[in-house]
Amino acid sequence: MDTESVHSGHSHHSRGSNRHSERSRDRHKPRSRDGSNRSDRNVTTGTPSAGTGALDQTPAGTDPQDDNWAETTTAVTGTSDHSLSQEDLAGFAKVIEGPGPLGRGRLARLLPLGLTLLLGLLVLLTPLAFLALPQLLWADRLQACGTACEGLFLSLAFKLLVLLLAGWALFVRRPRAALPRLAVFRALLALLTLLLLLSYWLFFGVRILDSQDVNYQGIVQFAVSLVDTLLFTHYLAVVLLEVRQLQSCFSLCVIRSTDGETRHYNLGQLSIQRAALVVLERYYSDFSVHNSALLTAAKSRTAKYLADLKVYSVDGPSSDGAASQSRAKMAAAARHRDTSHNELYYEEADHERRVRKRRARLVVAVEEAFTHVRRLQEEEKKKPPGDVLDPREAAQAVFPSMARALQKYLRTTRQQHCHSMESIQQHLAFCITHSMTPKAFLESYLNPGPTLQYGCGGPQALQWTLVCEASVTSPLRDGTEFQLRNADFSLVVSTKALPSLKLTEEYVHPKSHKFVLLLQSETSI
Amino acid sequence: MSYIPGQPVTAVVQRIEIQKLRDGDNLILGFSIGGGIDQDPGQNPFSEDKTDKGIYVTRVSKGGPADVAGLMTGDKIMQVNGWDMTMVTHDQARKRLTKKNEDVVRLLVTRKSLEDVVRQSMMPH
Repeated sequence: MDTESVHSGHSHHSRGSNRHSERSRDRHKPRSRDGSNRSDRNVTTGTPSAGTGALDQTPAGTDPQDDNWAETTTAVTGTSDHSLSQEDLAGFAKVIEGPGPLGRGRLARLLPLGLTLLLGLLVLLTPLAFLALPQLLWADRLQACGTACEGLFLSLAFKLLVLLLAGWALFVRRPRAALPRLAVFRALLALLTLLLLLSYWLFFGVRILDSQDVNYQGIVQFAVSLVDTLLFTHYLAVVLLEVRQLQSCFSLCVIRSTDGETRHYNLGQLSIQRAALVVLERYYSDFSVHNSALLTAAKSRTAKYLADLKVYSVDGPSSDGAASQSRAKMAAAARHRDTSHNELYYEEADHERRVRKRRARLVVAVEEAFTHVRRLQEEEKKKPPGDVLDPREAAQAVFPSMARALQKYLRTTRQQHCHSMESIQQHLAFCITHSMTPKAFLESYLNPGPTLQYGCGGPQALQWTLVCEASVTSPLRDGTEFQLRNADFSLVVSTKALPSLKLTEEYVHPKSHKFVLLLQSETSI
Repeated sequence: MSYIPGQPVTAVVQRIEIQKLRDGDNLILGFSIGGGIDQDPGQNPFSEDKTDKGIYVTRVSKGGPADVAGLMTGDKIMQVNGWDMTMVTHDQARKRLTKKNEDVVRLLVTRKSLEDVVRQSMMPH
């Protein structure tokens, strides 16, 4: 199965040089316990704060043997985690970001890091050990090897350096998110590396240490071959983890459930959880911010006109009973609906007009405010004409004249909870510093921007649930559908495969463009 | 003067004989032609069927040999001295009409009014 692995990573804080190659996957494993397991297929994707860390049951500091580790800590085991109920999770979520340094979450995050470090160290030290051990143990009997060995030493050193840098480039990255399930490719790669190292150690132990081989050049070549193989494994890691999903073959349609905002993205072959990650990242920068106030306002406007009708029976208990009542209700409702669109239309038109009026007032106020502020010219710097202010003070001085208009506009469009006075003043100072026009300043208030612009709204905002009918490590297919649920709304994602195109060629000779003129000529004879 | 593709073209024609007038070295006939299979038939003001690529008389100079012989503007020339003029290029038509060794050209021309006259005369009174 062609599953993709993920960087559920955490913390590969580059502690610098000691990390190479394929390290592991299992960071996110502990993540998987993050509660809210309502069914076998509901898994939580999230970046929990330190306080909300999972109840991790894996032992800390395990051995580098990955295979067992992978099996014992697989994600959703269903029943065992039901003790962590919704309330507990909510309780955790409310905890402020003050980290308990050895809280469970921290430990869970440090565990894979430790394993990675271990593997990296092993990879770095093994060739050096291969070189050093013969020297230490039977130095007197070793054959001296001349220039060939020196060449080999050099190549070994540089290859190790390249491996170091490449491993750092590929694996030492701040983890973007914690994923619910095992990153299969990473696990496989780590397993492969370990297998490689073990087999080399085995050979070393049996052929060289036991028999005390005296051919030092052979030993050095052995070490160099190990490093070569490690480099090739790294190449495999690059291809599997990075290059494979570059070619796009699926088009994902993402719809927000509350207001229907839709975007389409092209992705390559990824597993569902990784595709969900990509979608979320793009969500934060592409979708406009979710404004629940707007929706409730719209709903309240329409709700007035679609209220339920009550049926009273005037003539005493009728013979038909419930049937006639419901029929009467439906008939009345149908009639009522015929006229309610009228009121809705006028209400909406009114609202439109109000918004436009406020907007016009706002634009005028802001333009006037901006005319009062002017950048200090060069020649004026010697004798300043009055008070010289820095941007913040200038913003604060100019702000009151437009504050009222801005506030009214924000109230009408129900954006007032997105912008605090502090943030508005900050934005104003920013615009003044960069000599922006009033229109540029207003742009962020007139059009709702992407979610990322408004700050992240607390730890609840980053907690997403991936709801899917198929296993989340299975690859994307044509027709896959899944849902990313947040506290306020959900994103519904559906997949479509990109069509395979057939392109044919047609050669056009450059001299083949010939034209005739159609005239109506008249000849006199 | 419509035609059905694949069927022979039938038309009521009038025979006109024009004597060429010698003017110095040139022989002039006194009319202008337009049309031809290499021309754009849509711009022909005289044709009924705008896909007709035949040769049409566009102008007859007053008092010239063609006028004297009875040629009228808008006539479609079907034959010149036996040569067919319904499927020729403009230049071929000009050449057939202005041969230097011929003094007389005998044209077969057709026009709408000819057909109407014949039809009327065939109707029972």
